[in-house]
Amino acid sequence: MDTLPKRLAANAQHYGQRKIAMREKTLGIWQPYTWGQYLDHVKALALGLAALHLQRGDKLALIGDNRPQLYWALLAAEALGAIPVPLYQDSIDREIQYVLEHSEARIAVAEDQEQVDKLLHVKAALPALEHIIYVDPKGMRHYRQPFLLPLTRAHELGRQFERQHAGFFEAELTRGTTDDIAIIAYTSGTTGTPKGVMLSHRNLLSNATNFLQVEDIREDDEVMAYLPMAWVGDFYFSVVLAFLAGYAVNCPEDPATVMRDLREIGPTFFLSPPRIWEGLLSAVQVRIDDADRLKRWLFRYFMGIGQRVARQRMLRQPVPLGLRLLYVLGKFWIYAPLKDHMGLGRVRLAYAGGAALGPEVFQFYRALGINYKQVYGLTECAALATYQPDADVRAETVGKPLPAVELRISESGEVLIKAPSVFVGYYKNPEATQTALTDGWLHTGDAGFIDRAGHLTIIDRARDVSTLTDGTVFAPQYLENRLKFSPFISEAVVIGRDRPSVTALLNIDLETVGNWAERQGIGYTNYMDLSQKPQVYELIAGEVARVNQALASDRGMQALSIQKFLILHKELDPDDAEITRTRKVRRGVIEERYAEIIEALYSDADHIKVTTTITYEDGRQASLESSLRVQALPVVSAGAAAAVMP
Amino acid sequence: MTNGTDPPLLLSIESISKAFGGVRALSGVSLEVRQGEIRAIIGPNGAGKTTLLNLISRVYPPDQGRILFAGRDITRLPTHKIASVGIGRTFQNIALFKGMTVLDNLMLGRHPLMRPGILSSGIYWGLAQKREVEHRARIEWIIDFLEITHIRKTIVGALPLGLQKRVELGRALALEPKVLLLDEPMAGMNVEEKEDMVRFIFDSNEELEKTIVLIEHDMGVVMDISQRVSVLEFGVKIAEGTPEEVRANPAVIKAYLGSAAQAVKG
Repeated sequence: MDTLPKRLAANAQHYGQRKIAMREKTLGIWQPYTWGQYLDHVKALALGLAALHLQRGDKLALIGDNRPQLYWALLAAEALGAIPVPLYQDSIDREIQYVLEHSEARIAVAEDQEQVDKLLHVKAALPALEHIIYVDPKGMRHYRQPFLLPLTRAHELGRQFERQHAGFFEAELTRGTTDDIAIIAYTSGTTGTPKGVMLSHRNLLSNATNFLQVEDIREDDEVMAYLPMAWVGDFYFSVVLAFLAGYAVNCPEDPATVMRDLREIGPTFFLSPPRIWEGLLSAVQVRIDDADRLKRWLFRYFMGIGQRVARQRMLRQPVPLGLRLLYVLGKFWIYAPLKDHMGLGRVRLAYAGGAALGPEVFQFYRALGINYKQVYGLTECAALATYQPDADVRAETVGKPLPAVELRISESGEVLIKAPSVFVGYYKNPEATQTALTDGWLHTGDAGFIDRAGHLTIIDRARDVSTLTDGTVFAPQYLENRLKFSPFISEAVVIGRDRPSVTALLNIDLETVGNWAERQGIGYTNYMDLSQKPQVYELIAGEVARVNQALASDRGMQALSIQKFLILHKELDPDDAEITRTRKVRRGVIEERYAEIIEALYSDADHIKVTTTITYEDGRQASLESSLRVQALPVVSAGAAAAVMP
Repeated sequence: MTNGTDPPLLLSIESISKAFGGVRALSGVSLEVRQGEIRAIIGPNGAGKTTLLNLISRVYPPDQGRILFAGRDITRLPTHKIASVGIGRTFQNIALFKGMTVLDNLMLGRHPLMRPGILSSGIYWGLAQKREVEHRARIEWIIDFLEITHIRKTIVGALPLGLQKRVELGRALALEPKVLLLDEPMAGMNVEEKEDMVRFIFDSNEELEKTIVLIEHDMGVVMDISQRVSVLEFGVKIAEGTPEEVRANPAVIKAYLGSAAQAVKG
């Protein structure tokens, strides 16, 4: 089975109505779809798209939350040899326009009125866009545009089409070849405009086949589809891997209900970018801080036990009997109830991918007894390149290459990948393709090294690695992840390139800091107000000092301790292009926009006045004036730090 | 809405009067609401607006006059029957069971429609279960419609006011009424909550084809959403018409908008 739609047809044949392929919570009930029904829906929609003249090689844009109908549309396009182009559901008009214009999408499938409205805003600039199909008819009764049609109408057109063209769907299915493009995934990119990554069926299927060889993923697994459909990670886990393994994919009722839905489904394996793992962890910490003293003590004590056991196991050393007994007790009192509360009670495999992860988060989940691992990859190599084998999980590495994946470190220290999963090219951008691919080697742009055991460690984006003026090597992401481990810090941008010392711009976590402020009896109005409270600065200074102490106890890291920080008056926002939709910091933008603030961090000023322009969701702009405080931290000596460390 | 023939009359109030002791709350007020209309009732405090809604929903009987609903005289109808006739309402200061979940409150709102007898309900399985499933499905549809899926199982008392009001609208909708009487649905809300509420009122009117009679103080909202406005002052109807007509009416300006003109501008 060399294409995804063919694989779907094979699954439908094999499982028929016997096995669930997908569930969606609608109207309070988990509505199941079998593999047979999955294929039926894809076929019905494919015929509708054919009736609307979607041809082989045409593009179909998709925008909305994870809905079965959108996954069906994706497969329906592929079945016809057309190419799906998923968009981030929170994209603003300008971003939508760019991707639709660049991809020349002829048909767009939108989840609901909100997404249709965004498409209508930019429709005039998109001559190639002929039809917009919407899934949810709510609120659409006054829309009269002739190019708008509900999904039900597309199905109707499909039925008519099939009466005139019997066997059309099956014929188109067999015409598909493994080297057809299966998806164009636009990567937000931390620099420049988005690029359309073309992945073939071969890229995706070979990668997933290799992953299944080394990881214990089963037919009866359950996963949640809750990450943006435009992120290749969701496509990989909710479609490609699901088609090969045959497991069930569950779509939550609403983005606001994901956590509750998670508990109802109890997924058995789970992929998240680090920030979601960090968020879950922060939520637990907030609840623990609110609990009574006994519970707090139990939590701290048993998390310590769990971490010791996890460390022993990772080092493949025997766990002493006493520790083992305590661990059993901890499992009963803390780990199992906590996991259940987080909806992770049944999780066999948990993956963190998409960004680098702080070691503290890693230890927390391993201490709970969750088989928590890092994976590494890029959109350009069909999501995954490395994995951590069960018997060889290490906190600081991203593991070993998957079968058929070759890794190499270039002279400049950049990680290079060669694999059947390496992408076909960037859509309509041969120059970028040429830069990224030389002799079949994919330039990842990440700096890293491979250790003697064959494990890859990623340091940072290669272009972000630099030195301080005294020559100390400086990789901002490493420091940022350590800062973000604090439940009170949601974003961090660390500065140091060609500077005498390291400083940081921070965002506080409105929820946890707000909760803390409430308990301290500190009143506040909004983010800006709370962020500039002296007590909050004190709180954050304590958190930063802790990171500095940890750095000082690591060999040679002392020079990297953060000397000054400042809490930004607004949260970094993808709508302002300060971070990407997958929440990666865009340093160029930040260094330009906050240049004055950064200069203040390297001057004697203890305050800086700033005016910022803010872009609202509807595109309007407004400016705000405020005064920000600069906070300096005491220098930590290596000896003093070692004493504080547990 | 007006293409030649007007839609039929749904609610007609014929020179109704009500006094509480020596206070004349309403004197000789007549009102006609057509099917599918959104009608706003405005007036200064103490003008008799809530009394009017209370008379329609039969909280107490009028001293004089008649109330016809869908052609039927409901003037003397017992209070507990009013829901099954097709009149649903919400209250100025929220009448929900605060200790119960959103879902349970909505299911309760549907109670008048639940038919099984004592015997079949006691046994539960069979017909009663089938009905229960049907009712629950409809409630879930309403939950989805009002976008309150995330608080389905939350205790009502723990919700912010804006959401409680939305739940109350849901409780009224659960009854499948022909007309919705809304007593200050937007009171005490912030701008965003108001915008949401306006949208749900519109959707209830258009998609669910509910006729709506509402009391509201926010003049901006009234002018935006209602097709016709009736103005009460000291228990007497002093004006009626489209929002533009009412706004231009000298009697209204003098009696009411004089002090509230700023609200209109704002």
